[in-house]
Amino acid sequence: MTVLEPIVPAVEVPSAPARSLRGEAWRRFRRNRMAMVGLAFLALLVLAAVFAPLITKYTPIERDNSAFRQPPSAEHWFGTDKIGRDVFSRVVYGARVSLRIGIAATTMALVIGVVLGAVAGYFGGIIDTLVMRLTDVFLAIPYIVLAVAIASVAGRSENSVIIVLGITGWLGLARIVRASFLSLKQLEYVEAAHALGYARTRIMFRHILPNALQPVIVYGTVLVGSVILSEAALSFLNVGPQDPTPAWGLMVSQGKGDLANASHLLFFPGGAICLTVLALVLVGDGLRDALDPKLT
Amino acid sequence: MFSFLIRRLLLIIPTVFVALSFLFALFFVLPGDPATLIAGGANRTPDPGVIERVNERYGLNDPLGEQFLNYWKRTLQWDLGESFQNRRSVNEILGEKAVNSVRLGIWAILIEILIGISVGVLSAIRRYSIADKLTTVVTAVASAVPVFVLGFILQYALAVYPNKHDWPAWMRLRTQGLGPDTWTLFFIPTGETWRYLVLPAVALASVSTALATRMTRGSMLEVMRADYMRTARAKGLNERQVIVRHGLRNAMLPVVTLIGVDFGTVIGAAVLTETTFSWPGLGSEIASSVISRDLPVTLGLTLAVVLAYTVINLLVDVSYGWFDPRIRFGKGSKQ
Repeated sequence: MTVLEPIVPAVEVPSAPARSLRGEAWRRFRRNRMAMVGLAFLALLVLAAVFAPLITKYTPIERDNSAFRQPPSAEHWFGTDKIGRDVFSRVVYGARVSLRIGIAATTMALVIGVVLGAVAGYFGGIIDTLVMRLTDVFLAIPYIVLAVAIASVAGRSENSVIIVLGITGWLGLARIVRASFLSLKQLEYVEAAHALGYARTRIMFRHILPNALQPVIVYGTVLVGSVILSEAALSFLNVGPQDPTPAWGLMVSQGKGDLANASHLLFFPGGAICLTVLALVLVGDGLRDALDPKLT
Repeated sequence: MFSFLIRRLLLIIPTVFVALSFLFALFFVLPGDPATLIAGGANRTPDPGVIERVNERYGLNDPLGEQFLNYWKRTLQWDLGESFQNRRSVNEILGEKAVNSVRLGIWAILIEILIGISVGVLSAIRRYSIADKLTTVVTAVASAVPVFVLGFILQYALAVYPNKHDWPAWMRLRTQGLGPDTWTLFFIPTGETWRYLVLPAVALASVSTALATRMTRGSMLEVMRADYMRTARAKGLNERQVIVRHGLRNAMLPVVTLIGVDFGTVIGAAVLTETTFSWPGLGSEIASSVISRDLPVTLGLTLAVVLAYTVINLLVDVSYGWFDPRIRFGKGSKQ
């Protein structure tokens, strides 16, 4: 007796394209060369900030009393500043300051912006009007004036810069989130969630928010860049972190008088600001294109 | 249209009121009191009698609510008070600084309009050409460079370096201050003044020019896909007419918004440029008055800036109607 075996097809059935939405976005992001360059630079910067003590020979506050305002050399890669501190070390440690402020202030702005935008868009009516008028008021005062005013109240430290940039950075976010909520709250699945009797906060943050997150991610990336720019500006105007802190903007401000005879004091920290912000802009552009295929 | 205007004007009032009250309140949270400052600066310990007289003179002893009411009563009559630091009338300071700010601002905006729009359009027409790619890179870089860093690069390349290397005199620019401060027709520099104006104007214009270029390019690319552009070509218009009359005018709407907003920023918030080039304008005066806690100067100049800012925004909104006649204001339309 022969048992008839079912004929098994020799070719395996190709499994359904299993790429997730996220994987798809990552694939598109990777194809964007500029964005990848930006991402690589940011990765390097984070590594440098984390391992700062390993890659610098000097600490950022250590003074070499025999070397003032020296141009770049093998001993001091970026030269020394006017009291003999190693500029390379200060720039590397400065990455810590900028990243800390950039990430902390952006997180704060994200939380405020998302919550206010969500509440305004979801509830509408008087709450919406109040929140929107509040953003009008904040937008009516020139940003830098507002920041300088709050900074001089909050004191001149890293934490107060974080607070200043956090409470002035949420305006755009609130508007974006509000707009998404206005359209999303009318969709059927939100109605279904209502019918199931879910709490309003649960509907807002578990059901609607995930669908409104794409523009927030893109805006958030760019916001880190603009926060770092503003931090540099505040330091430059002397309302940011104070002297021994190696903040890039402060270093530029301190090198102001040395443009003609020791220009390296301005260009290394200035260059660090430019490259970091540029990298964030490039990554932000890449994310936007990757997350929203409709645009290109 | 009329009711739209009225509604917008009425909206300005609470906005300005809350914004200035906020700044007013902020100042009384500040550590240290203004009387000490007036009576001799923060570093010296002034005579308590002097402090008493100062407090009396500026009404700083009154309860906060009363001071607040008095402030608004005076402000509504455009009595902006006098500077705590040097007793100059705020109106006088405002007049002097505003002129400098507006002059610098006009040139920055002219650069933004001329370069931003023309480069943006060219870059859109020749999409993917080398010039277009270069534009994309340059604008991305320009929007990432802090104004003060760009300012120092410009100072080094166009003033310090030429001076060090004995370039011909006409190529050397100046980096600090107003120079001889001579002008015709209000904003055209005469004599040596232009040497002082060029660098701050370019630095101030840089970021907004980059943004305007990118926006013009994007908006032009979108418009060029529109059906009416094909129609315009099909009915035999030459390329220039198609681009300028049909394309550009329709693509201008977002760019006009941007330029309008920039005009406010450039006049009132050019703090960094003004500080970098020691250009005595409104922005740097406001910033330094905030730092030295010169309340009347801060509030007075900010009031002027905020008013100018909101009025310009209003004008921008009104100008939409000219650029896009489909936009109607008033009944039935939002905004």
